[in-house]
Amino acid sequence: MRGSKTTLRTPRLFTHIYGWLMLLPAAVLLVAFTHYPATATFIDSFFSTPRGRRGAAFVGLDNYQAMVEDPVFWRALENNFVYAASVIPLTIALSLLMALAINGRIAGRSFLRLSFFTPTVLPMIAVANIWLFFYSPGYGLLDQALGLFGFSSTNWLGNQHTALACLIAVAVWKDAGFFMIFYLAALQQLSPQLAEAAAIEGAGRWYFFRRITFPLLMPTTLFVLVNAIINSFRLIDHIVVMTQGGPDNTTALLLFYIYEVGFKFWDTAYAATLTVVLLLLLAALALGQFLFFDRRIHYQ
Amino acid sequence: MSGPQRTRTAIPALETAGAWLLALVWILPIAYGLWAAIHPSAYSAHFGLNAPLTVENFVKAWNAAPFARYFLNTFLLVTMILVVQLVLCTLAAFAFARLSFVGREIAFILVLLQLMIMPDVLIVANYRTMTALGIVDTIPAIGLPYMASAFGIFLLRQTFKSVPRELDEAARVEGASPLTVLLKVYVPLAKPVYIAYGLVSVSYHWNNFLWPLIVTNSVSTRPLTVGLQIFASSDQGIDWSVISAATLMTSAPLLIAFLLFQRQFVQSFMRAGIR
Repeated sequence: MRGSKTTLRTPRLFTHIYGWLMLLPAAVLLVAFTHYPATATFIDSFFSTPRGRRGAAFVGLDNYQAMVEDPVFWRALENNFVYAASVIPLTIALSLLMALAINGRIAGRSFLRLSFFTPTVLPMIAVANIWLFFYSPGYGLLDQALGLFGFSSTNWLGNQHTALACLIAVAVWKDAGFFMIFYLAALQQLSPQLAEAAAIEGAGRWYFFRRITFPLLMPTTLFVLVNAIINSFRLIDHIVVMTQGGPDNTTALLLFYIYEVGFKFWDTAYAATLTVVLLLLLAALALGQFLFFDRRIHYQ
Repeated sequence: MSGPQRTRTAIPALETAGAWLLALVWILPIAYGLWAAIHPSAYSAHFGLNAPLTVENFVKAWNAAPFARYFLNTFLLVTMILVVQLVLCTLAAFAFARLSFVGREIAFILVLLQLMIMPDVLIVANYRTMTALGIVDTIPAIGLPYMASAFGIFLLRQTFKSVPRELDEAARVEGASPLTVLLKVYVPLAKPVYIAYGLVSVSYHWNNFLWPLIVTNSVSTRPLTVGLQIFASSDQGIDWSVISAATLMTSAPLLIAFLLFQRQFVQSFMRAGIR
């Protein structure tokens, strides 16, 4: 409707051409590196991997059949769900706590903010190396600290029961400060009159948080939630550095397995099949956001 | 951040202590890396006030791998990506915000799709495209999938939509083309958003690892992250002091930039209206 005003003055065709010309450079790159590869991945999953002079042959659902029978795939999928289900709530809860602390009157606020946010700006690959040292059996800081309490040395990253938890800790540590920024921004937009009114009514702090602050922060929580979910399927740098998916695939996440299949075993057709699963998960998330979340909050 | 414009709720002592404990835990790994980097290897896991300071670890790391070249590669990479992103996203965002052209709504949805399906997960297909284009192991190949950024387009479109229409009507009445209006009216008004987006983009691509790892295989193209990983996982032995020094060295420019721009970064985000 708003456009009708413009079109009264400028010829209609001119606006169409101008619009598309301005969009064109971005559109070409988006199609070439997002839409085309997503489509190609889907198609490739129905073909075999070309080897040497033998080209790709149509194999129907064979790749999917192999995937369903592949225990490593199920392992990676399960790992990824455990990982996401741990990282996401922990990160969100901590980032909210951090924001609430920094938003209040507190001694040493700049130090707190610096400390919480610094992990976010450092490359994951760099901090993962420090964490590797932190976890190293015997002389790593974690073992040294526990040694003071009489615990014996543990191979944290080499143990099937602890390796994934170690990676979860790194992921939470890395992202909490980033999401804190969004909560902080939202908290500073809340009207101070709310707190004053609540104080007059004699509402306790916890009651005020539960009934006023938290519901008002809901749009931020949803935004953070979506980003946290995406990150838990997208970021595997720390796995490459710290465990390489081991021991015994207990820390292989879906994208790490795709990377392994595609660029270590060079089985591109199977990697494409696994990617389809990842794309479907992300598409389900997009659809869920579209259907259930208030679109106006983020997209208008 | 402690402006007089708003009153802050006082945090009780016990919770303050809790926040401090959390902050100490949060800074611990970085402090630990710093300790190892500035002390001789013998002290990397032993703590004491009498440990001698040294820059030896940094010198060793710098000489053991072509970090100067990696720095240059990363610098070229983030600059190239940011420049192209700013141009492409500005043009597309303006078209979406202010021009009514046929197919605008559907095109916008197709752009937003990239917020969910990022290039990071399309590594297999994109690698094949780069092979077909004959540009595997070049710096542009690392950047290309990220140059049309849905996040940038979305952010700038929001900003452009908030510009009062009277401003651009006035310019148009005087016969200015949409491109002139964009450059003279919209771009200057969006400066804080450009700064915020620039900071986010630079830090993202400075830190990016998986795709550069896949698409590069020589010293002349590898960015710092990949170079660091190859350095840390090769036969350096497990000299944690040297690895820590290399780690801090590669993060330093970003960390310093962040410390300088900290306030601006946080405030830009808030002004950009990312909720």
